[in-house]
Amino acid sequence: MEAIILQILNGLDKGSAYALIALGLTLIFGTLGVVNFAHGALFMIGAFCAVTLSRILTLSHTVVDETQKDFLGNPLKVDVPYVMDWFGESTGAAIIDWAVPLSILFAIPVMIAIGVIMERGLIKHFYKRPHADQILVTFGLAIVLQEIIKYYYGANPIPTPAPAAFKGSFDFGAMMGFDPNTIIYPYWRIIYFAFAAVIIGAVFAFLQFTTFGMVVRAGMADRETVQLLGINIDRRFTLMFGIAAAVAGLAGVMYTPINSPNYHMGMDFLVLSFVVVVVGGMGSLPGAVAAGFLLGILESFASMREVLAVLPGLNQIIIYLVAIIILLTRPRGLMGRKGVMED
Amino acid sequence: MSKMNLTRRGVLKTGAIAGAGVAAPTIFTAQSAAAFTNEPTGSSVTLGFNVPQTGPYADEGADELRAYELAVEHLNGGGDGGLMNTFSSKALQGNGIMGKKVEYVTGDTQTKSDAARASARSMIEKDGAVMITGGSSSGVAVAVQALCQEAGVIFMAGLTHSNDTTGKDKKANGFRHFFNSYMSGAALAPILANNYGTDRKAYHLTADYNWGYTTEEAVRTSTEAMGWETVAAVKTPLTQTDFSSYIAPVLQSGADVLVLNHYGGNMVNSLTNAVQFGLRDKLVNNKNFEIVVPLYSRLMAKGAGANVKGIFGSTNWHWSLQDEGSKAFVKSFGTKYGFPPSQAAHTCYVQAMLYADAVERAGSFNPCAVAEALEGFEFDGMGNGPTLYRAEDHQCFKDVLVVKGKENPTSEFDLLEIVEVTPTSQVTYDASIFGGELGSCNPGA
Repeated sequence: MEAIILQILNGLDKGSAYALIALGLTLIFGTLGVVNFAHGALFMIGAFCAVTLSRILTLSHTVVDETQKDFLGNPLKVDVPYVMDWFGESTGAAIIDWAVPLSILFAIPVMIAIGVIMERGLIKHFYKRPHADQILVTFGLAIVLQEIIKYYYGANPIPTPAPAAFKGSFDFGAMMGFDPNTIIYPYWRIIYFAFAAVIIGAVFAFLQFTTFGMVVRAGMADRETVQLLGINIDRRFTLMFGIAAAVAGLAGVMYTPINSPNYHMGMDFLVLSFVVVVVGGMGSLPGAVAAGFLLGILESFASMREVLAVLPGLNQIIIYLVAIIILLTRPRGLMGRKGVMED
Repeated sequence: MSKMNLTRRGVLKTGAIAGAGVAAPTIFTAQSAAAFTNEPTGSSVTLGFNVPQTGPYADEGADELRAYELAVEHLNGGGDGGLMNTFSSKALQGNGIMGKKVEYVTGDTQTKSDAARASARSMIEKDGAVMITGGSSSGVAVAVQALCQEAGVIFMAGLTHSNDTTGKDKKANGFRHFFNSYMSGAALAPILANNYGTDRKAYHLTADYNWGYTTEEAVRTSTEAMGWETVAAVKTPLTQTDFSSYIAPVLQSGADVLVLNHYGGNMVNSLTNAVQFGLRDKLVNNKNFEIVVPLYSRLMAKGAGANVKGIFGSTNWHWSLQDEGSKAFVKSFGTKYGFPPSQAAHTCYVQAMLYADAVERAGSFNPCAVAEALEGFEFDGMGNGPTLYRAEDHQCFKDVLVVKGKENPTSEFDLLEIVEVTPTSQVTYDASIFGGELGSCNPGA
């Protein structure tokens, strides 16, 4: 029982990342009809927004400490962050410690700007081209973006820890009456899941309860009719691209304490997120979210030692196996609509 | 005057033989007039540095390349001479190798066996490299070593830790200075027993490829011999980035030690995840829960950040060593590049120097003469104390360092501290235990 609860918890945070990325992918596909293979790169750029802000906050001047020696035996040069000079040592240290949550504010405008530039500068030229062309150009763009990040930040993972207040884990087992230490879960992963739930809820509320969202939904259903009503749907769709980029970026920002970011992290999520979109149903926002959590949980269960003892290697194929089964039984995915990508 | 009988079958036969000759890889034919592959005939000699310049180990590859460039500078008489000043062999004079100026070409292994073989082949065939060296992966090392054996050039392995490189996959043309999984296990086990006791239950997470298997086996064997029990060993996919579903069940298993048989990005992520789960704050079986990382590198420690604090592992070399060789290398490298060298840089620099020295002592670039000069060669002053290049498997035997993540680092390079220098005798093993055959040296002619 404890193992099952534990793997459900694991699946929820993994599913949160899948769901956030897949949500953005589906928004872009549903509005612009573009299969965006650069979406994983947007997740990665979001993570590097956190790295960048962390570096900005730790911009330092050098002080020579005569009492210590460096590796060559010279007096040690110690970096002192400017924020510590400006705000005092404890406040400065606290600001640096909270770099990841602060990056949310930094990442939102940056990611929306990147999304809009990407859409206006490149992707709009491929709207009327076949999906294969869209895939090729966005995949190429993803490689270019990750090489740019690698050039500036290197290939090595960069540790970007959570604030000290969120280090350690919560003992669910003790709370639920099980033995202590049987169901522990890191605080930051709980926050990640809650954050994902808030973002997903906010996107749905935005689309459901605002005039802008209503127009976007109308445009998703029948773009031509909305345009005939004199509404500039293209501008709204461009902004939706920016919002989708911001959703992916925020998923990346909050993911940095879970795994140290590196230039390749977007690619690691990209293929899985596409499978999530297909399983959920192309163009279906609730489908993307539901499939994200479903596949995250199944992937966690498939990684259990007891499961692997019976079916070795299942952890590596489970997502694709489920995708095959669902597509055979429900060709449009879990919540797919008729007519989407069927022409 | 003889009469020529031209028949259709004869013409076809001749054409087929000529065609096969033309189509055969130049690697096997181009040197037919020379005594061995890429025999240097001019005033210079070309070495091939095959390192990861792209991909996940690009930073480690960059450090290897820095070390090779420094070695070339020293061999050609530039800089401060580096380890040539402390090397026990005095064959190198700073005038190149056998009077020939050392030049080099580079290849990008991408940490992929096929790409590494392609770049090595290109350096041998197109650039005339007489020796190939470098790399940050055992899979790559084994693949390139086999290619060099076929091509008839010497391969001086870079960072490769699997037992197989000089075990079941060893080749007569291949040599490894870096230590291996067996040595890590043998060096770590006594330290672990001293610090954590002999009554421990270990849970292994192992990267699902060759290096992971040999490392798990080495650590298991060594720790079980000390009295530890292995409660589980779980293989994790090499492509795994989030290890939470593998780490979460560890405490339920009753284990009180987690051994992470991971390297590179795998290690950074699995260790980060394990620390996030608060494993090290737990008390299991009335003992503090502990984590062990059998193979450390500074670049990995940098990626894992503060998570490495207090965690034991092993390493081939560390810049804080205080022997004359290490100090000389740190000074040369640090002065040129502004930061201390990694263990990958050290082993690559030493390999380049050992090759050059062997050529000088052999009086020839012929790979068979070089191999003979390296086999059984005993040396000192290169940073690891007295060292033997064992003839039976072309593996270097030297002291192994057990290190621990530093509690209070003073810089981004000051992440590990040496807790034990394990003597050579404790990590030496019988050359036959890993199987494999060296075969005979191939000069390529």
